[in-house]
Amino acid sequence: MDFTRFIARHVITLPRSGIRDFFEIVARMDGVISLGIGEPDFDTPWHIREAAIYAIEKGRTHYTSNLGLIELRRAISRYVEKQFGVSYRPEDEILVTVGVSEALDIAFRALVNPGDKVMFHQPCYVSYHPSIVLTHGVAIPVPTYPKDNFALTADALIAAWQPGAKLLVLNLPCNPTGGTCTREQLAAIAKFCIEKDLLVLSDEIYSELTFEGEHVSIASLPGMRDRTILLHGLSKAFAMTGWRIGFACGPAELIEAMMKVHQYSMMCASIVSQEAAIEALTHGDEAVKHMREQYRRRRDYLVRRFNELGLKCHLPRGSFYAFPAVPVQGMSDRDFAVGLLQTERVAMVPGSAFGANGTGFVRACFATGYEQLIEATKRIERYLARLQSQRRA
Amino acid sequence: MNQVLKLLLERTDLSVEQMAQVLNVSVEEVNRQLDQLKQNRILLGWRPVLNLAKEQDGVVRAVIEVRITPERGGGYNRLAERISRFDEVESCYLMSGAYDLLVFVSGPSLQKVAAFVSEKLAPLAGVLSTSTHFLLRSYKEHGFLLDVPPPEAERLKVTP
Repeated sequence: MDFTRFIARHVITLPRSGIRDFFEIVARMDGVISLGIGEPDFDTPWHIREAAIYAIEKGRTHYTSNLGLIELRRAISRYVEKQFGVSYRPEDEILVTVGVSEALDIAFRALVNPGDKVMFHQPCYVSYHPSIVLTHGVAIPVPTYPKDNFALTADALIAAWQPGAKLLVLNLPCNPTGGTCTREQLAAIAKFCIEKDLLVLSDEIYSELTFEGEHVSIASLPGMRDRTILLHGLSKAFAMTGWRIGFACGPAELIEAMMKVHQYSMMCASIVSQEAAIEALTHGDEAVKHMREQYRRRRDYLVRRFNELGLKCHLPRGSFYAFPAVPVQGMSDRDFAVGLLQTERVAMVPGSAFGANGTGFVRACFATGYEQLIEATKRIERYLARLQSQRRA
Repeated sequence: MNQVLKLLLERTDLSVEQMAQVLNVSVEEVNRQLDQLKQNRILLGWRPVLNLAKEQDGVVRAVIEVRITPERGGGYNRLAERISRFDEVESCYLMSGAYDLLVFVSGPSLQKVAAFVSEKLAPLAGVLSTSTHFLLRSYKEHGFLLDVPPPEAERLKVTP
């Protein structure tokens, strides 16, 4: 039976994630060292897990307010004010979501009319483009470049801008590039947004994992608070990917619009995860600091080795990803990654999975143990040597 | 803090070669820093962390609360050091509260540990009383959980 006639046209034409294809090859193999994972290798700190167990014990098993537990929203408000220097009212300017993924999805659904233009920098997280397409928006990718260490520049925005553009999605520090913007660069972007009357969706999920300099939220810049929906969550910094807790902070009317979509689809995030999130935000600082220190050392090691091996790579200022260029002329990132996986069993994600502008790069996650990183770079060295000798032959 | 020490505290099972690679220094430099730590008596030595329940030649361990008389001039130190020198004593701490010294001892059998307490420790001049508690079961040793298999967490191999 032909089922395609039952499937919505815009879903049929939506491509599968390049990561999913790659995952299926990796899943069939043994002995793989994976640098392809987009999550911390740490388990959630015990005090956070324990808070969740306690919540279950005392019968915290019911629905919560659509917006999320008020105690959690208060904790978020305090945390965001301390971390980002912007204050939001717990009562009506904060919405707790099922990961930042849901926050993004409902933001697009709440804001995008069919045909509305949405700008986002690319290479970028795999779901931005599809999420825009699913709401019948028009996606406008804005390239970021290795020469800028993959920071988004106002020049690139100006070049890509089209009349009628309504939204700009930011993800700084960025998955997959680790690129981020300085305060000056952000100020230029803010100026552009004000000039062009753009609303910003700022996904700052990697903000705590900023290794050099300060993390600046665009929401904290003059004139930007009411023009920004700040999206954040606990997955990366607190090693809580499986708990699925994210949140959106913004002007009450926009949060209300998102809440409408949220209440009819998700209702609320899991109460147990929300309880864990309260513990994380109020007592998790030390654990975050400890993990960040370790990521930093691993980053320094991996990026140095990549550059020694000829995989040209900037030092990512944030996130836990290195994004080196494929070092072999004329070889696609996918062929390079598949070859590396098949001959040496090291998994890195082809950059093209993160959009056309990621072509020619691979993403390597350094949130993994030293032994694996050391062994992975040994194997990559061997792989490169083999490629070279094949070329000579 | 010494960078080798930082790494040791984080991960004790890296080889000197691996530490050198991670820290981007030579093997000689790692060795030099390790020597320095030993010379300064910061790094005192290495011991394996064992699950003794799985070791056939079982060891009996006990914690002893010891009350002692402090001495003019030396306080608790002289007697504490003297007690610490016994091979049976694994660790010895001066405590606040109801007793003075907390002494961790081990021996091949219950009798041997009991004999140590009654024949060596308790008769020492200055020791006022001892209260011995035998360890029944260990759940965590030096940061390692026992009887919990190392987490081969079911992480997906590739995620966005």
